[in-house]
Amino acid sequence: MRHGRWRFLLGALVPALVLHVVFVLSPYAQAFWLSLTDWTGVAGEAQFVGADNYVRLGGDSLFLDAVRNNALLLVVVPLVTIAVGLFLASMLRTSSPRLGQGYRIVYFFPQLLSLVVIAVLWGFVYNPNTGLLNSGLRALGLGGLAHSWLAEPAFALMAVMAVLVWSSVGFYVVLFSAAIEGIPRELFEAALLDGAGKWATFSRVTLPLVRETVQVAFVYLGIAALDAFAVVQVMTVGPGGPDGATEVIGLSLYRTAFTYGKFGYASAMGVALFFATLTLAVLALRSGRRERLELA
Amino acid sequence: MTMLETRPVAAPSLPTEKRPNPLPGLAMFCWAVVTALPLLWAVISSFKTDDEILNSPWSLPASPQWDNWARAWTAASIGRYFLNSLIVVGAALLLTMLLGSLVAYALARYEFRGNRAIYYTFVAAMFFPVFLALVPLFFVVQQLGLLGTYAGLILVYTAYAVPFTVFFLHSFFRTLPSEIAEAAVLDGCSHGAVFFRVMLPLARPGLVAVGIFNFLGLWNQYLLPLVLNPDPDRYVLAQGLAALSVSQGYRSDWSGLFAGLTIAMLPVLVAYVAFQRHIRAGMTAGAVK
Repeated sequence: MRHGRWRFLLGALVPALVLHVVFVLSPYAQAFWLSLTDWTGVAGEAQFVGADNYVRLGGDSLFLDAVRNNALLLVVVPLVTIAVGLFLASMLRTSSPRLGQGYRIVYFFPQLLSLVVIAVLWGFVYNPNTGLLNSGLRALGLGGLAHSWLAEPAFALMAVMAVLVWSSVGFYVVLFSAAIEGIPRELFEAALLDGAGKWATFSRVTLPLVRETVQVAFVYLGIAALDAFAVVQVMTVGPGGPDGATEVIGLSLYRTAFTYGKFGYASAMGVALFFATLTLAVLALRSGRRERLELA
Repeated sequence: MTMLETRPVAAPSLPTEKRPNPLPGLAMFCWAVVTALPLLWAVISSFKTDDEILNSPWSLPASPQWDNWARAWTAASIGRYFLNSLIVVGAALLLTMLLGSLVAYALARYEFRGNRAIYYTFVAAMFFPVFLALVPLFFVVQQLGLLGTYAGLILVYTAYAVPFTVFFLHSFFRTLPSEIAEAAVLDGCSHGAVFFRVMLPLARPGLVAVGIFNFLGLWNQYLLPLVLNPDPDRYVLAQGLAALSVSQGYRSDWSGLFAGLTIAMLPVLVAYVAFQRHIRAGMTAGAVK
């Protein structure tokens, strides 16, 4: 039996480990090394350049645009998505079960679509002449509000944000509803007996008890906001335009590597993105540790 | 708990609700419209002529143009992309579930030196952005001669889906009772047989949940094929649709593009309507774990 045990363990672990090392671990490790070189893809011709790539990043105005846009996405998308998600989830709590179920089905659907499908779809919606949005505004007599949403620098990033929020709200409604359903009914009844209004019930009962779920949501949405590649690459003009207004780090990296062939420089962008993601996760987990509310 | 402080209540007004507030109902309805309208609009537009799309975006088609769908499926190659996606995602999903459940089971139920190290090696990979690996990954795949092949895409998809699968199923296998496995061993089952005949069937709910999660993740994958799959004949659906939206835009075959978009949405919609409870449960469980 001992012999069989090791044979089974090797058979179970080795194939997955080989794939993991070859396609996941080794690329991650190589990326850190490449970011310190000026490699352009020719075998054996990577020169060690130290921190040069990182210094250049600091003076690369397009990359700084990308950092600014990702930072804006990181603030706006999670906040708006979680606010709308919590609002709708707490509304669903008091609605009739059948209606609530129906709404959940509809809300959740965009979560299943590929971001490419969503980006192509919203590209149509934002089309200045024939799009759903502008023609709808004109039909309502609000033609003055119509814009070339993706072509005007003032609106392009907002348009991207709206798409990201639209595509993720439903998922968080369902996630938050599940968390809210886990709260014992007596707490809501007690709050009602105590004369707590809707807002007091939400802020004093619901919110503290779904705090951990909200934190998880922040991490997930934050990571999605640091990405935003597919929507920007497929939907915006340029892509990343107009004039860098919707540039994101992932797009800069992709273009630097696979259009310009500056693989060392692109790797430095990847490392920067990695540290941003790491910081986000650590901050979110830390704030989660501090106060943990426990139900009697 | 401060929120439960008792306050003198004038009259228990609990059952006599005041006039129902219309705001919640209205808000929920509005978001449903915001969600559904663009999707319905795309489906309806896929039946219109180019002229109707350009001149009356909000109207219904005068007569449904099935030809748009046929054109998208054949001339615009959506059919081929669909098949490519099916092959790559189907194979990668099978391989991911097999390898992921084997690793999760071996790590969850066997004690040996290096067990924790291997577990954390897998789990840590979930916290790294794929963008970081992108450049070296391209050259790894190229050097193995797998660039632009089904096999290359399947192996890479699997490699990136296994960590979450291990993470999810590890805790699942831990919770399964050990008596059944022990009984099977006493009955003379080999380790492999215990896994495939006893433990795997017991883990079915977990396998379904993580399987749905993986399927959607892989089906919607865009970044990896964009970099690793440059051959237009082997484009997966997301990739093909993105390329199409550029080229059809130049040819202004809007109706064909709407049809392609609808074809890309349809299987997910059908699967969702059929399995919606499972899908929502599986995907939200993935986030909470």
